Amino acid sequence: MTTMTMVQAIRSAMDVMLGRDDDVVVFGEDVGYFGGVFRCTDGLQAKYGTPRVFDTPIAEGGIVGVAIGMGAYGLRPVAEIQFADYVYPGYDQIVSGAARLRYRSAGDFTAPITIRMPCGGGIYGGQTHSQSPEALFTHVCGLRTVMPSNPYDAKGLLIASIECDDPVIFFEPKRLYNGPFDGHHDRPMVPWSAHPLSEVPEGHYTVPLESAAVFRPGEAVTVLTYGTMVWVAEAAARETGIDAEIIDLRSLWPLDLDTIVGSVSRTGRCVIVHEATRTSGFGAELAALVQEHCFYHLEAPIERVTGWDTPYPHAQEWAYFPGPQRVGAALRRATEAA
Amino acid sequence: MSGYPPLELHVPEPSGRPGRETDFSYLKVSPAGAVRRPPVDVRPIETEDIVDLLVRVLDDEGRAVGPWDPGADPGLLRRGLRAMLLTRAFDARMLVAQRQKKISFYMQCLGEEAVGIGQALALEPDDMCFPTYRQQGILVARGYPLVDMMCQLYSNERDPIKGRQLPVMYSSKAHGFYSVAGNLGMGFVQAVGWAMASAIKGDTRIASAWIGDGSTAEADFHNALTFAAVYRAPVILNVVNNQWAISSFQGIAGGEAATFATRGVGNGIASLRVDGNDFLAVLAASRWAAERARRNLGPTLVEWITYRGGAHSTADDPSKYRPADEWKRFPLGDPVERLRRHLALVGAWSDEEHARTLKEVEEEVLAAQREAESHGTLASGHVHDASTMFDDVYKEMPAHLERQRGQAGGTR
Repeated sequence: MTTMTMVQAIRSAMDVMLGRDDDVVVFGEDVGYFGGVFRCTDGLQAKYGTPRVFDTPIAEGGIVGVAIGMGAYGLRPVAEIQFADYVYPGYDQIVSGAARLRYRSAGDFTAPITIRMPCGGGIYGGQTHSQSPEALFTHVCGLRTVMPSNPYDAKGLLIASIECDDPVIFFEPKRLYNGPFDGHHDRPMVPWSAHPLSEVPEGHYTVPLESAAVFRPGEAVTVLTYGTMVWVAEAAARETGIDAEIIDLRSLWPLDLDTIVGSVSRTGRCVIVHEATRTSGFGAELAALVQEHCFYHLEAPIERVTGWDTPYPHAQEWAYFPGPQRVGAALRRATEAA
Repeated sequence: MSGYPPLELHVPEPSGRPGRETDFSYLKVSPAGAVRRPPVDVRPIETEDIVDLLVRVLDDEGRAVGPWDPGADPGLLRRGLRAMLLTRAFDARMLVAQRQKKISFYMQCLGEEAVGIGQALALEPDDMCFPTYRQQGILVARGYPLVDMMCQLYSNERDPIKGRQLPVMYSSKAHGFYSVAGNLGMGFVQAVGWAMASAIKGDTRIASAWIGDGSTAEADFHNALTFAAVYRAPVILNVVNNQWAISSFQGIAGGEAATFATRGVGNGIASLRVDGNDFLAVLAASRWAAERARRNLGPTLVEWITYRGGAHSTADDPSKYRPADEWKRFPLGDPVERLRRHLALVGAWSDEEHARTLKEVEEEVLAAQREAESHGTLASGHVHDASTMFDDVYKEMPAHLERQRGQAGGTR
């Protein structure tokens, strides 16, 4: 075990897989010589050389398109999209190409590819470096959508994603790259080394896909969340003193419904938190699932705390970001309702 | 105030429309044998003259002339002719089957059989083709069973892709035929990725990418050219310019001011503009491009000039948007007739053999059709069980699909 930041854990996952499997290749804009704008691939080209790790043109449609072709050949490509906000030119290739290839060919061809991309705000990135477009991918049948909240899960989930025979969209909350972030942007940054979830094995291990984690056990209310918001929800529970059970979904789709249903059926109350915009966000699907599976256990309306339905603003970032006060207020409403 | 007249938007329009003859001078047809054949290790930019010319081998009498004459073995050419005749018979039969409502939809490759079949004969059997929906000739040339093709068209119980796709969206990894997406242009850049993977692994196989003139406007085309050029991917980038994208002519895709082959040279890719109805030119240019790829010299873009002899699909009526006799007047003729004339001229084909072959391929198609129909049709309801629609979304079926499969069972 060693202490790793999220960046180091993600890099370690690719390092391990490049070392274990000659069919793994890593590429994207600035990921080769430079090691990525967030340093996630730093040193990998020096260690594995080209063409195992290489730079690509600025063309997300091309990056995803060639990844699919490589996957069809038999490789396991790991492609980086520099920011989730830039994935849209590659969306057609993801939706109509990667996600459907196995289905439309009845298993004759497959695209075992992993597409990594940093998401979320909190770094004054404005509307081009802050988005959380996960719901655009959870809606697409044939894709797996994953978002870790800590170094241990990040490495284990990324290895599981690379080894998975389905295409995986792997979101990396960039505000968590260098430390757990609870939404108190005006306080000093906490390093990962201060948290036990930064204890990461150096070698190969996986965190299974389709499995949620009970991040914080509790009895009063269930919080369904993922990514940065896991830490914000934890702060809100701590600060309100509400005995919330926080479920870190980790795999958004397909997801671990049993853990969700088990928890909400027990607490009878549910708060859903995500950073992405509200309308048709993934929280809407979660709310629908909870009412389908837990309706007769519910003692209060399901609460949603999300980003507002606006583009992510630059100067007003912290008014947009669903911080611990907004989550705390929702916890109170959910637990105080009769 | 500039002092110039007001601005005007240019919207390209073909010279020919129903009731108005096409002026084919835009095709810039070079005489057979007139275009030089550069060495395969040519610098890409040094093909810049060829993108405005037209590589041709067969002259009007059917003689093979000039530097691109592939010197092909007559046996191979006979194979090519037979594959074209078989493909044409197959198409004709399936068009009728669609009219009889036995299949839901069909797309023939009438008039452009030579490009796919000629290239298939220039490739190794395990090179991977990323076809459009008009390259059924590749499957025929590679010996994929007609019955399997028809079962796909009928979406029946033996459909290899289980009724998942519209007719003609074939897939056969074993025959080096990548699943046809139906989304135009998608596979073009994926082919480049496949070729890059082959180079990464130190393999010897190359990729053959296909796109139509209309779809070259898609970003996927331009991404494919960028990636192919940057990484010198071992891929043949085939642009089938059959003059029409449903009702819009090739000028709407950008073919008016510059040929599609020009796009390649501008990207640093060796490029050729070739008579796609000249089977010998197809064979020669494909071999040239394949050798470049195989020798690690990088990609080649080939614009094939041909003509879509039939409708775009069974869902459109070409008499509504182009002159009814346009194919008859097309200066590059019919690839079947041109190869037949050449083979007859060199004593490798006769009228009797032609008549006999026509009968053979017709019988072969009919026999395949009888067998395919014995496995059912979409209309007869003999399709893969509805529960199979939940298979192959993921490798292992997730819980939510298990639940939905249970809910779907037996209900409408």
